[in-house]
Amino acid sequence: MSKVYGVILAGGIGTRMGNVEKPKQFMELGGKPIIVHTIEKFIMNSEFCGILVLTPKQWIKHTEDLIRKYAQMDERVKVIEGGSTRNETIMNAIAHIERKGDLDEDTIIVTHDSVRPFLTHRIIEENIQYAKEYGACDTVIPATDTIVESKNHQLISSIPDRSKMYQGQTPQSFKAKHLKDIYESLTDEEKEILTDACKILVIKGENVHLVEGEESNIKITYPYDLRVAEALLGGC
Amino acid sequence: MLNAVYQLKKPRQFELVFKDITFDDEHVIVRPTHLSICNADQRYYQGNRPEEILNQKLPMALIHEAIGKVVYDPTGQFKVGDPVVMIPNLPCENDEVIAENYLRSSKFRASGNDGFMQEYIQTVPDRLVKLPEGINLTVAAFTEIVSVSYHAIVRFMKTAHARRNVIGVWGDGNLGYITSLLLKSMYPDIRVYVMGLDKSKLNDFTFADGIYLVNDIPDDFRMDHAFECVGGNGAPRAINQIIDYIHPEGTIGILGVTEDNAPINTRMILEKGLRMIGSSRSGREDFVNLVELYKDKPEVVEYLENIVGEQVVVRDIKDISRAFEKDIHKLIGKTIMVWDK
Repeated sequence: MSKVYGVILAGGIGTRMGNVEKPKQFMELGGKPIIVHTIEKFIMNSEFCGILVLTPKQWIKHTEDLIRKYAQMDERVKVIEGGSTRNETIMNAIAHIERKGDLDEDTIIVTHDSVRPFLTHRIIEENIQYAKEYGACDTVIPATDTIVESKNHQLISSIPDRSKMYQGQTPQSFKAKHLKDIYESLTDEEKEILTDACKILVIKGENVHLVEGEESNIKITYPYDLRVAEALLGGC
Repeated sequence: MLNAVYQLKKPRQFELVFKDITFDDEHVIVRPTHLSICNADQRYYQGNRPEEILNQKLPMALIHEAIGKVVYDPTGQFKVGDPVVMIPNLPCENDEVIAENYLRSSKFRASGNDGFMQEYIQTVPDRLVKLPEGINLTVAAFTEIVSVSYHAIVRFMKTAHARRNVIGVWGDGNLGYITSLLLKSMYPDIRVYVMGLDKSKLNDFTFADGIYLVNDIPDDFRMDHAFECVGGNGAPRAINQIIDYIHPEGTIGILGVTEDNAPINTRMILEKGLRMIGSSRSGREDFVNLVELYKDKPEVVEYLENIVGEQVVVRDIKDISRAFEKDIHKLIGKTIMVWDK
């Protein structure tokens, strides 16, 4: 049976969060740090043999303390150091899995932004299912706004057909070894440009299946998002 | 953990809210898998409760008939993946005499408290009963309503006198089907007659010893005891008809829910010395014993498969509304939501 790892990306240093100094994943929502809510959703899925939380080195201890304080200890959760970019962080996770001897052709990673705490059971389940079936998948919702492309940032160069447009969310899930092999085949220049793991696969001609996301699976990036998130918690 | 809760905000309008679940050492977390719609849910959905009740109870997640899979259990009583039926009654105290489902302090899901239409349910382990492996999950989904009939029968048998040759069941809907089926299964020697309004529905009561349309009951028909499983506006007529046909000193079990008071022939209740016994909801003991009955008599589960109606896979709030609308237009049967939300 293939090993499935949750990979929670908590590399953000929160520069977009106004005057707030803490990285945004540590902001409280409903009395708990956002990252704890996210980790707890992964703990609920028994298919994960490991849940790796990747965070900048200086925040590892803090993250571990928060997990200990708020979440029930689960031996599957491990906090490790992230990389300099999103993809390098994912590669650190894969390297960790490899060191444990768990990396083979069928090993699945479900990568997720730590600041998307509203993901649902179904989204995780379908990510695992589609990654096993198709090798890679990306969680999306249909675009509600018309997408406008401008190459020079002044004039519209094209308006794609909205019915074919989607907004990317996370999780993004992959067969870990395959993703690693492809990433390692990239030049340094390509690695710099290809910041999204799914994009690497798409550019290399690989199939990436869509998983239906949820409108509520928002990313808490700006202070406005935190207000929206608090409103979603109106039922408390 | 931010748990998605699908609440009825006002009649015919569902809304997603999130509520925090904090993990602790005492509570089990269950992922609902199959949810069954009850008439009580429909009364909220269609706005058929008095306005002050709707204002008081909504917004609220509906559904009190559901099963799920255990996903987290720090108490060690269940294994991850165990299929369980969830008990909607939430007692707040123990009483040596009064059963948990009659204690006025007890709470109930989907009646003042959020029901099972949630991403996860956090509950104490004694509100869960493990289901047998391989049981038909769509039937298991409505174990709660079956447990209500089970409870009513057990309670009835403690009261009804010992002459139990013939028992009549009024009602050709789901509750009538379940009650008469359990009665016949638990007491095979009793002759069970079912009275209803619709011949085609009554024809499905193949396990019964006899069926009659309510306006075509033979004049000389008599029974020792009876159950009323009609409810609503039809309940008064059903109860009065039972009073007419029952032998003296018989017991009438009342199961149907009415919104308005029912005018009944009290003179004849006195003259015949009848007993009326109300019953409502059920408790843990009923669920445990019913699950044992499912194991001992698998034919009960097979018969219950006959009243599985529409099955609607729910991935979206629109699917929830679709399931409720389909349920309104059904003739008989339980509408099951296969929870993939």
